[in-house]
Amino acid sequence: MKLVTAVIKPFKLDEVKSALESFGVQGLTVSEVSGYGRQKGHTEVYRGAEYTVDFVPKVRLDVVVADDDAHDVVEVITKAASTGQIGDGKVWTTPVEELVRVRTGERGPDAI
Amino acid sequence: MQIDAGDTAWVLGSAALVLFMTPGLALFYGGMVRSNNVLSMMVQNLATIAVVSVVWVVAAYSLAFGPDAGGGFIGTLHFAGFAHPEAPVPGLHLTVPPLAFAAFQMMFAVITAALLTGTGADRMRFAGFLAFAAVWTLVVYAPIAHWVFSPGGWLAHRGVLDFAGGNVVEIDSGASALALAWVLGPRRGWPRDAMAPHSLPLTVVGAGILWFGWFGFNAGSALAANGLAAQAFVGTQLAACAGLLGWVVVEKLRTGHATTLGAASGAVAGLVAITPACGFVNSLAAIVIGLAGGVVAVLAVGIKYRVRYDDSLDVVGVHGAGGVVGTLLVGVFATQHVNSAIGSRGLFSGGGLDLLGEQALAVVVTIAWAFVMTWLVAQVVQRTVGLRVSESVEVEGLDTAVHAESAYDFGNVRAGRIGA
Repeated sequence: MKLVTAVIKPFKLDEVKSALESFGVQGLTVSEVSGYGRQKGHTEVYRGAEYTVDFVPKVRLDVVVADDDAHDVVEVITKAASTGQIGDGKVWTTPVEELVRVRTGERGPDAI
Repeated sequence: MQIDAGDTAWVLGSAALVLFMTPGLALFYGGMVRSNNVLSMMVQNLATIAVVSVVWVVAAYSLAFGPDAGGGFIGTLHFAGFAHPEAPVPGLHLTVPPLAFAAFQMMFAVITAALLTGTGADRMRFAGFLAFAAVWTLVVYAPIAHWVFSPGGWLAHRGVLDFAGGNVVEIDSGASALALAWVLGPRRGWPRDAMAPHSLPLTVVGAGILWFGWFGFNAGSALAANGLAAQAFVGTQLAACAGLLGWVVVEKLRTGHATTLGAASGAVAGLVAITPACGFVNSLAAIVIGLAGGVVAVLAVGIKYRVRYDDSLDVVGVHGAGGVVGTLLVGVFATQHVNSAIGSRGLFSGGGLDLLGEQALAVVVTIAWAFVMTWLVAQVVQRTVGLRVSESVEVEGLDTAVHAESAYDFGNVRAGRIGA
């Protein structure tokens, strides 16, 4: 089992979710995060004082998938989240050691 | 004089409008501070209403409007505790009950003290500020009110014109804020750390309430439901609008952005500037005065960064600077065509520079008294009750550390239960 994590632009969430559903992914977790990479932040001005805001709002997706699907899921997300503009984000995988479905107690890949 | 029902209704209604400005100020300021301090800002304003109202009744009204104790400097305690409520203020021939006038003026004292919560944002002790506000009302506000607003006052005798509080409220609070900021010291991390407003929607609502209440502040100061009140009303509106536009245009030219905070602040700056003038100048002059207030204020708020004092919410830059602009421009634009009581005194009315000179004197004297006495009061409070919170409290935020509350609970994560 693998955990696929993606940090994407917030307005791309709907497209990514739809693409994952078409692929067959049945659930995911989403959180609101802030981040920066090579994309610069922005400036805000309050009564003449200029604030440099480095962080940009992003959305983080976490989804557990079977080992065989991990690479494809990464591709699906990457394609759906891309705009070609700076700040599109990143996708990565990490191994999952143990997985349980809380309601039924199923373990391992059956719990995906 | 006969009590007039219309005048009385207007003055009482205006008193309520002016009172409403202090909760409005709580919103205006509250939106500008960080989210972990918003409640502390708001409760300081609410509690200031409570403390100053009591102090007003107990002694400050009498010190301000009581029979003069000599020299036009301060009133006696003849009206302390609102004693002799049927007795008029010496020299004021009003068509409203004296108690209505006393209540109306109470609200002015309340909001002037409340303005100072903006200087000490994020670091003022709650009890310390309330102690400060009580003493300040007695030794700073009441004397200046006596000098300018009471017929027995020495500045009033010299012919200084201040219709609704350019000196008594605006310059007073501005100069006091400077002293308070100096004694308090800057916020931890100022000016480098980001301390951006956490909720400008609150600030805009607050600005709207201030604008609304200001009609009571200015037009109510006619103390009658008449043409003068109408002129003050119109001038108030025009100055707010011109101030808003002035600020926004200047900031667009300087920073490239016209901002919401700028629009709200500009309207307030225009209102500040017209406060001393609204019963003495015509509508076109009100536009000029409001514009001057907005433009001077947008430039003045940057001074604190260069001189290095943390007047957190710009009481000096908006109320102080705007008040000075308006008070001086009274000397230029005052006309008997608006207010027959003043004679041909304004510069543009053929009165020469005399009035302008008296207005300038009032500005200097008010700044000096307010600054020095505030500095003294702040020093005393600092050494007794305490003025500033500890560093760890300031870092945590006053809402949780001082008031054991948090303002916002929007998330899913809310650990906690009642009981140990």
